Amino acid sequence: MWRNPEPKPGYDAVVIGGGGHGLATAYYLAKEHGMTNIAVIEKGWIGGGNSGRNTTIIRSNYLFDESAAIYNHALQLWTTLGRELNYNIMMSHRGVLNLAHDEGEGRGLKRRVEANRLNGVDSEWLDAKQVKEFCPVINISQDIRYPVLGATLQRSGGTNRHDAVVWGYARACSAMGVDIIQQCEVTGIKTAKGAVTGVETTRGFIKTPKVACVTAGHTSVIASMLDIKLPIQSHPLQALVSEPIKPLVPCVIMSNAVHVYCSQSDKGELVIGAGIDAHTSYTQRGSMDIIEHQMASLCELLPPVARLRMMRQWGGIVDTCPDASPIISKTPVKGFYINGGWGTGGWKATPGSGHVFAWTVAKDDPHPIAAPFALDRFHSGALVAEHGAAAVAH
Amino acid sequence: MTAQPNRRASGGLIDRSKVVRFRFDGRDFSGHPGDTLASALLANDEHMVARGFKYHRPRGIFGAGSEDPTALVQIGSDAARTDPNTRVTEQEIYDGLEALAQNVWPSLKFDVGAVNDLFSAFLPAGFYYKTFMGPLGNWMAFEPFIRKAAGLGKAPGAPDPDRYESINRHCDVLVAGGGPAGLMAALTAAKAGARVILAEETAALGGRLLSVDPDKVNLGDMAPTAWVESIAAELAGMDNVTVLTRTAAFGYYAQNFVGLWERVSDHLAPNDQPANLPRQRVWRVRAREVVLATGAVERPLVFHENDRPGIMLAGAARTFTHRYGVLPGKRVLVFANNDSAWEAAFDLQSSGARVAGIVDLRRDIDGGLLSTAAEHGISIHPGAAIVGTSGAQRVSGATVRRMSDSGGVEGPVTAIECDLLAVSGGWMPNIALFSQSRGKLVYDEDLSAFRPGQSWQKERSAGSAAATFDLDGCLKEGARAGADAASKAGIPAKAERPPKVEGAERPQGTPRVIPEIPSGRPRHKVRAWIDLQDDVTTKDLKLAVNEGYDSIEHAKRYTTSGMGTDQGKVANMNAFALVADALKKPIWQVGTTTYRQPWKPVTFAAMAGQHVGDHFHPRRVTPMHDWHKSNGAVFEPVGDWLRARAYQRPGESFEAAVRRESLAARESVAALDASTLGKIDIRGKDARTFLNRVYTNAWSKLAPGKARYGLMLGEDGMVMDDGVTACLADDHFHMTTTTGGAARVLTHLEDYIQTEWTDLEVYMTTVTEEWAVASLSGPDSWRVVAELCDGIDPDPEKFEFMSHTTATIDGVPVRVFRISFTGALAYEINIAADYGAWLWDKVMEAGQPYGIQPYGTEAMHLLRAEKGFVIVGQETDGTVTPADLRMDWIVSKAKGDFIGKRSLSRSDTVRTDRKQLVGLLTEDPTLMLEEGAHVIATATEPAEKPVPMLGHVTSSYDSPTIGRSIAMAMVESGGARMGERLWVSRKGGTPIPVKVTETDFLKMREDGDV
Ligand SMILES: Cc1cc2nc3c(=O)[nH]c(=O)nc-3n(C[C@H](O)[C@H](O)[C@H](O)COP(=O)(O)OP(=O)(O)OC[C@H]3O[C@@H](n4cnc5c(N)ncnc54)[C@H](O)[C@@H]3O)c2cc1C
Repeated sequence: MWRNPEPKPGYDAVVIGGGGHGLATAYYLAKEHGMTNIAVIEKGWIGGGNSGRNTTIIRSNYLFDESAAIYNHALQLWTTLGRELNYNIMMSHRGVLNLAHDEGEGRGLKRRVEANRLNGVDSEWLDAKQVKEFCPVINISQDIRYPVLGATLQRSGGTNRHDAVVWGYARACSAMGVDIIQQCEVTGIKTAKGAVTGVETTRGFIKTPKVACVTAGHTSVIASMLDIKLPIQSHPLQALVSEPIKPLVPCVIMSNAVHVYCSQSDKGELVIGAGIDAHTSYTQRGSMDIIEHQMASLCELLPPVARLRMMRQWGGIVDTCPDASPIISKTPVKGFYINGGWGTGGWKATPGSGHVFAWTVAKDDPHPIAAPFALDRFHSGALVAEHGAAAVAH
Repeated sequence: MTAQPNRRASGGLIDRSKVVRFRFDGRDFSGHPGDTLASALLANDEHMVARGFKYHRPRGIFGAGSEDPTALVQIGSDAARTDPNTRVTEQEIYDGLEALAQNVWPSLKFDVGAVNDLFSAFLPAGFYYKTFMGPLGNWMAFEPFIRKAAGLGKAPGAPDPDRYESINRHCDVLVAGGGPAGLMAALTAAKAGARVILAEETAALGGRLLSVDPDKVNLGDMAPTAWVESIAAELAGMDNVTVLTRTAAFGYYAQNFVGLWERVSDHLAPNDQPANLPRQRVWRVRAREVVLATGAVERPLVFHENDRPGIMLAGAARTFTHRYGVLPGKRVLVFANNDSAWEAAFDLQSSGARVAGIVDLRRDIDGGLLSTAAEHGISIHPGAAIVGTSGAQRVSGATVRRMSDSGGVEGPVTAIECDLLAVSGGWMPNIALFSQSRGKLVYDEDLSAFRPGQSWQKERSAGSAAATFDLDGCLKEGARAGADAASKAGIPAKAERPPKVEGAERPQGTPRVIPEIPSGRPRHKVRAWIDLQDDVTTKDLKLAVNEGYDSIEHAKRYTTSGMGTDQGKVANMNAFALVADALKKPIWQVGTTTYRQPWKPVTFAAMAGQHVGDHFHPRRVTPMHDWHKSNGAVFEPVGDWLRARAYQRPGESFEAAVRRESLAARESVAALDASTLGKIDIRGKDARTFLNRVYTNAWSKLAPGKARYGLMLGEDGMVMDDGVTACLADDHFHMTTTTGGAARVLTHLEDYIQTEWTDLEVYMTTVTEEWAVASLSGPDSWRVVAELCDGIDPDPEKFEFMSHTTATIDGVPVRVFRISFTGALAYEINIAADYGAWLWDKVMEAGQPYGIQPYGTEAMHLLRAEKGFVIVGQETDGTVTPADLRMDWIVSKAKGDFIGKRSLSRSDTVRTDRKQLVGLLTEDPTLMLEEGAHVIATATEPAEKPVPMLGHVTSSYDSPTIGRSIAMAMVESGGARMGERLWVSRKGGTPIPVKVTETDFLKMREDGDV
């Protein structure tokens, strides 16, 4: 699939982090910018971070123009990525429902549907009856604590297979000459005269003029190696799957007020998640009460699932930004670039994120779609506050 | 109804005096109380209970408990009470139990899906990834078929009628596992006086003691079951001990928090389940110390054609024999790589089976075993392997060949008939919980398995969970672990003396593990299963490694090995060994996949506990709620509260009710239940300073008896909440917040007081629920207040706007505020919550002469919009500054710092072309704008996307007072666009032309501007 080479003494660029975003960055660096003498450095095994832990909800129905641009860019790329990589990433455009449970939510979601429409993002409003028709398992009784008043539907949204994306990108990178170096942790970054000169790793020093940090929950750890402080907080985010059952949930269901989301894998497992653990942490584990809450929420939304069983649960560390939007940015250190802060919902952006970040790294100039997500927004105040669209958020 | 041909005459924890009738796969069977579905089916000589996930090959009962990988059925055919993927080895039978075969069509024995097996060569690991991606959309075309074929059982079709609960418990010592080690640990800790919880996964205490021949083994002169009973009785007699059976410790979380899952009444027929008990219960245990006595799991052997029904773990065969009184086969062939399997063979032989032979991978067998085998007349095949098996839906025989020195097989093929093939690849410590707790595993070369190393939390392992396999050792280690745990929990304890063990069996010794046992047969003809549930064979794993999925996690994910409902309890170690072998690396270097919670699947509803239905989330209601209900109120959830949205009269539409209510609030008098507003009582000598820092405006001069409106910002300078705060005394204020924001605001303020401004002397108390509030609006409101209240002259000439006072109603003290959110003359009466309903009745009574109407939140929203007041969360969305609301007046330039101040001067926040709050009036006054619709600069919507958006409509109403539709919107440079013509886009229609206006529509009407 991919070579497992020994690190060379130097590369034209080093990508730290062998998750989806890191591999996508390397892929587009090689493919679109001709930078093939590069390495992806991964401290564990590729895809072992949030890439391999996420619930793969893909959608682009974000509120603000800047977000719509990047997430929709990604959605377009997803559509053809399987063919491009010649690897079935099981991209399933099965539709994503975002439920509204009160007037305020309904108002917010309708605003989003309209903004999406004008931004060319597919999105529509369904009333409760239409929600039931689209996804019969949802409880639309108006007598429950948080009745379903309606929902937005993005038909082009859906899910895919995270491992396949990671492996497909890795294989394509390797074929173009990119070195994928696993079991190698970056422990320091060397600079001279305000510019990057290389990375220290557990497998020795590697010389390079460009370092692209794509380490998700550990973004601030890498940045601190250069004394760069980021407005990122790292929290555990958990997910779980049920035992496999025959098809029950045809689409992705997301609810902010009841606070849970759910889809069904091709193997038949219900894939379920909710919010972050409130504490900050780098250990990939959360606490049980979060799971209890999301189970209660799910039983409320989809009553027939109550007797199913939770088969496996896990956690990842997500890098949350104050405005619930990512950081794709140059930094005060020349040759050091950051792509992080995707928090609970970056999977859906993987190809788009890698694509615009590769440009930013290759040209040392932000791609127009990436520009609004530069670090300086935390000084200027030009935030892209997607809390509404990102809240439970995936 | 068949008899129970395999039932033994005596022995086991079953009650032969009673007969239990049940159905499986459309046929009637009988068993006895104490049977699991597995033991009862085996008693009836039924081995095949399911089909494989992928190839639909027949699957039998392989284990005897939670480790079984494939014996899964659907319990119950009732739409509401049906449980898919239930392990027959765990489900106890009851009269009338109905079990159905899963994932088969038309039936278990004749299943069309079995054709998949013929195509198995085309369905290797990862075939999904390599196919179906031709022309665009191909996967989407295939996916529905893949999905239909996948999945095992079916979800219920109706809501679950059963009840579940969760319980919190603290204890000194939690013991997981009720086998010999666990019992000694619990006894020791309990006798020392520790609060002990002992959790045992199965229905009875005893663990493997229940699986040995009671005539052979003695503990302190007692048969094993008698000894277990004596300990159980002793534990039951101590009130510091809780013994839970049918209770699995499923999750070991941080800070010694362990989740236990108790199946309280799953073993009873639905009609026999006691009404006072839940179906299942989750115990949330915080333990000072934990003893993990979770036993060991037997390892399968990886040989060709190892997947037929009737192939069973040797230890499981013994469990069925002794614990359940069922002989699972009459002619048993044993395939082993360790000593314990020989004991199993001897045991089965003396229990009435005929052992057709022992095949052992090892050439050198202990002399004692050899002579015992000879005594039993068992033919033995040391240094040999099983190279094939036969039998369509049940194993009927196996072929055996000698192992060669080069690692292959050689010599003649011997065929041996059997109806049970008992296999044993050695025992692996059950390290799941240890590993969940983040303990470090070490690879034990002798065991060829992992065992617990360094602990991470406050736990220790004992017995076979700690790789101590002899009974005497288990008992002693259990006692020591119990003493250690109790002592570390602060209760000095001495290990109890274990009973003297007689007739103990020999432990496994050093198993000879061969990652894939050779058969000498053509590779493409034979398969050896690693994971029986997900149909993963050695070929699949080797293919994965060959293709480059060379970390254990990649290989697991690529092949789905160990990812079934059993999570690979018996399969994983074999998968690790095979991958290590294929990579030519030592196992410890390849490592394990991560053990995750839960140890075994736990019902969603049990995790949800009592937090479902009415208990899902509290519904907060005001003291006046009943009145609202009986007066036609329709409610809406606002935060945790239910608020009356409008009071519809019989035959009246919602819109008509809102018009009527809002007109009353303008023209006569109307009353709103405002009790839900957040209220915070603020005291302390620095209260003013505090207010100055949390609000944007100045509070230094607000005199007692006065009130003021304030905006609260987040650190980012964005509006986060608003409300009126009244000064009760120099050091005492009454703050109100939005209904939905109350908790958030209190947390925000406490955060500052406790972490940032520790020098300020300020105390906050939430008093939201202490006060009930009636808000009266309209020109006659003062008259109603005058009639109601003593000790106050509410005449608007005398009782100033933004002031407050105390008064009484029939002697009951109240606080009266003259504040208004409607723009009309208005008063708020606050009373102790207990008097809320009484107050409301009084208000309605006093208001009757003036035609008082109750009004709900919808009219309230309309009324405030007529006045141009904002609602935080409707006009604002976390991106709006006071200036954006064109409320610069409320931001004090003179006073010192306040939360968010710095952010207001950032380059982006000072832009003058930000979105600003304006009014919008449609050119056609009868047209209503849609809230959430977007404002654009052109009369037609450009076809090309993205269409530039200037802003959006935040509020839109049909106003009877203004006599037309009104709206508010956030619009780019809105403040500078007064009078400008803009358009509001709409889906499928031409944009609606609007005029940009100020937001105070009442004033505009007075001025004749509208
Ligand atoms: C439970 C959960 C559910 C989620 N659900 C969704 C969802 O439904 N939809 C969605 O869009 N998003 C979701 N997300 C978020 C999404 O997974 C992430 O935003 C995204 O995967 C981040 O991508 P990545 O490839 O950069 O991260 P990762 O896959 O985490 O990659 C970062 C890599 O950096 C490596 N690394 C870290 N430090 C170093 C170092 N010093 N040296 C070398 N390597 C290092 C890590 O080992 C890791 O492999 C979810 C996240 C979680 C945890």
